[in-house]
Amino acid sequence: MKKLGRKLYMAAGYNTISLGTGRKEFNPKKERPGLEHYISEAGKGTLAQIGGAANVDESVIGNFMASRFNNQGHLAGFIPMIDPGLQFKPSIRVEAACASGGMALITGIKSVLAGADTVLAVGVEVQNTMKAIYVADVLAGAGWFQKRKAGHAYFFPGQFSDRAGAYFEKFGKERTRKGLSRWYRNAIENARLCPTAQEYHNTNPDPEGTCYKMEPNGASFLDNLNVLDCSKVSDGASAIAILSEEGLAKCGISKKDAVEIVGFATSERDITKPPTDLTQMETIRDAAHKALANAGITINDLATIETHDCFTIAGVLAIEALGFAKHGEGADFVYEGNTARDGKIPMNTTGGLVGWGHPTGGTGVHQAVTIWEQLTGKTGAAQIEIPADKPYGMTINMGGDDVSVVAIVYRKEV
Amino acid sequence: MTYDERLQNVCVLGAAGKMGSGILLLTAVEMANLSLKPENKGKTFVLSAMDVSQEGLAGLMKYLRVQVQKIAEKKMVWLRNMYADRADLIENGEIIREYIFDVMNIVRPVTTLESAYSANLVFEAIAENQSLKVRIFKQINENNPNKPWFFTNTSSIPIHILNQEAGLEGRILGFHFYNPPAVQRLVELITISENSQEMKDFALAYAKSMKKVVVPSNDFAGFIGNGHFMRDALHGIHEAEKLMKDYSFTESVYMINKVSQDFLVRPMGIFQLIDYVGIDVVRFIMAVMNPFQTNEDLHSDLLDKLFDMGVKGGQNSDGSQKDGFLKYEKGKPVAIYDPEKKGYAAFAEYSEKCDNLLGGFPASYQPWKTVNFSKTKEAQLSQYFSDLNGMKTMGATLAKIYNTRSNAIGQQLVDSGVANNATDVNTVMLTGFFHAYGPINNYLK
Repeated sequence: MKKLGRKLYMAAGYNTISLGTGRKEFNPKKERPGLEHYISEAGKGTLAQIGGAANVDESVIGNFMASRFNNQGHLAGFIPMIDPGLQFKPSIRVEAACASGGMALITGIKSVLAGADTVLAVGVEVQNTMKAIYVADVLAGAGWFQKRKAGHAYFFPGQFSDRAGAYFEKFGKERTRKGLSRWYRNAIENARLCPTAQEYHNTNPDPEGTCYKMEPNGASFLDNLNVLDCSKVSDGASAIAILSEEGLAKCGISKKDAVEIVGFATSERDITKPPTDLTQMETIRDAAHKALANAGITINDLATIETHDCFTIAGVLAIEALGFAKHGEGADFVYEGNTARDGKIPMNTTGGLVGWGHPTGGTGVHQAVTIWEQLTGKTGAAQIEIPADKPYGMTINMGGDDVSVVAIVYRKEV
Repeated sequence: MTYDERLQNVCVLGAAGKMGSGILLLTAVEMANLSLKPENKGKTFVLSAMDVSQEGLAGLMKYLRVQVQKIAEKKMVWLRNMYADRADLIENGEIIREYIFDVMNIVRPVTTLESAYSANLVFEAIAENQSLKVRIFKQINENNPNKPWFFTNTSSIPIHILNQEAGLEGRILGFHFYNPPAVQRLVELITISENSQEMKDFALAYAKSMKKVVVPSNDFAGFIGNGHFMRDALHGIHEAEKLMKDYSFTESVYMINKVSQDFLVRPMGIFQLIDYVGIDVVRFIMAVMNPFQTNEDLHSDLLDKLFDMGVKGGQNSDGSQKDGFLKYEKGKPVAIYDPEKKGYAAFAEYSEKCDNLLGGFPASYQPWKTVNFSKTKEAQLSQYFSDLNGMKTMGATLAKIYNTRSNAIGQQLVDSGVANNATDVNTVMLTGFFHAYGPINNYLK
């Protein structure tokens, strides 16, 4: 990537709650807020921090499958619903499966590089309109449909169960499951510190033990992962502003309340081909290292990472793709506590996809909001210490089975 | 005839009823699952859902569709395998819709008995009426050349009598589901000496396939479940009648209902349970059982009185509770029927007085819903009853008398040969009545 023409920032992040099983408010038999509510709440949450809609030049909304979850296409049209001040301004909807949110951020970044000063980026998904068994059908759209027939009832969980199985075989099941169970515990413990998290109300005194003792059962679910290894079905939205220096000034946002975007990359793998090695995430590796190179830093400069743990095994594989652990040692790295909030490299500090929730199209934006919060000291009870010599954070947002990946590197303003 | 062949042509009598609809659902699913096996492709499976009520059958088909969908959603991994050869069915939703169709496609809702004339197996779930059952069995048996097997869901009529009076040559056994059959895991299996081994083996295989817990009961009127429940209910009624000498009708019923629920850590009080089953049904079962008893009178004037006044309990077709001894709002009891005033008196009018009379619970008290699902259930119950044993309040005293009587009823069922052992009695009460502990226990000893 060539040197960026302008400085880029993000600020004014906002998350709705991630609603679904686990939240006390969730009752599958009662009517719940719809797409409109989430888009509106998240959008207004960001507008309130940037001096209102008048300061917005363009908007972008990331969403995966409202067309099936909510029988609703044409989501760009919901942006002016957030505020009349957005009427007749540019608005784009982008889709890249579970990386739709990340792709919305990239689209916004490109708009700012092309001249816009302030872009409102929203990511949303409302999935609890159907039972999980049908959600699985919809989410299978993130894979190649020609492979659906031969796939698992829970298609994507099946894909990652196969990855976990290959990893077990190569590197040992017990050792790996210990790492996955620790990942689950970190997710739950972090989520308990974040009031918007889906697992905020989780009271299990021993999440790690529960996860480890729950032996995967292929007759009813998956061969190699249990339900706790999987992110849940979630409704939620997140929003953030992407700004130029001029944008920051117009919106009256001081640099210490913003993060600078110092590197980003997207990478795409052929959806019609299986991964070359089930035990590796090559697209994540590609995108993450390109983004780090763009930022001119290494993984050792990162204070925290939000990575796409749609399944616990995806967290472990991302650690290896990033280079924190050698191939085959990612689970040990987690088990040893290195990714915990007080560990060597705190990951998913508000719970990640397993703990905070995974409203698919919203996740990429939620990750950016979390990094913005951490680097600007706005994370409340979930705040971690950002060492002065490591002012960087990173997000990795994945669509499909390591098909579309968005990696972004953020720097705290000092 | 193999298991699969036996289930190729089945008839459920009384299919639109409370029990019949559940039996029909389970059987339809079992038959559809068989029809999906590769070796059964191309074979026709027929399940006649026979009922006299057209309206009931229309409701049955709706119930079936909803329930089969729920069942299908829970076994998607299995279903995808069963439909793996159907290239046109790709998504879970498509496969589930096809499966629902395949189950419904087996069922023939009918109002005439002729549909049973070609069945290999007849499930009977009609009214608990001996002469009606005998007449229908006889008619089917005389017109069906297949020498069909009859599985009756009777909860009280001795099987050997039905066998004898209908001339079935041992081709009948008791297969007693609990309400609701699709949910309740208990089946009381009552065989008679004339049953063939093949028939008994089939019954066990069928129950196992539906993941039922089978408890064998010997062929005495009421079997184990009603053998305990009817006597337990009579004890509750008699205890309430004793209290009525000093307290009003509503106060007495309130107190015994509370003792039999809360103090005994049961899912519902005895008067609520009578309402759940239906005052009319309880009265009827007692009437069926009573002629077979030598030293006891299974009869209650109070039940007759309420029945005559039109107070019957039971359930509406949607499963909601009808008013009986108690009045219900959103499924919860809120008032008690006062026969003198011919109306319901709200709990608020007397609950405080009665609660004070009964006295408080031991400190170790936990409600049934907490205890029953607790991993330390045994320890909790032991502590609770030990504490209760040391108390002399009216509530504790009535509870101890109640528990002792329940214990004696259970033991009586073993001693008189209705049940083979104490475990069977306890299993029936634990599984069929959702009790947290079996009646034959040592908690107060």
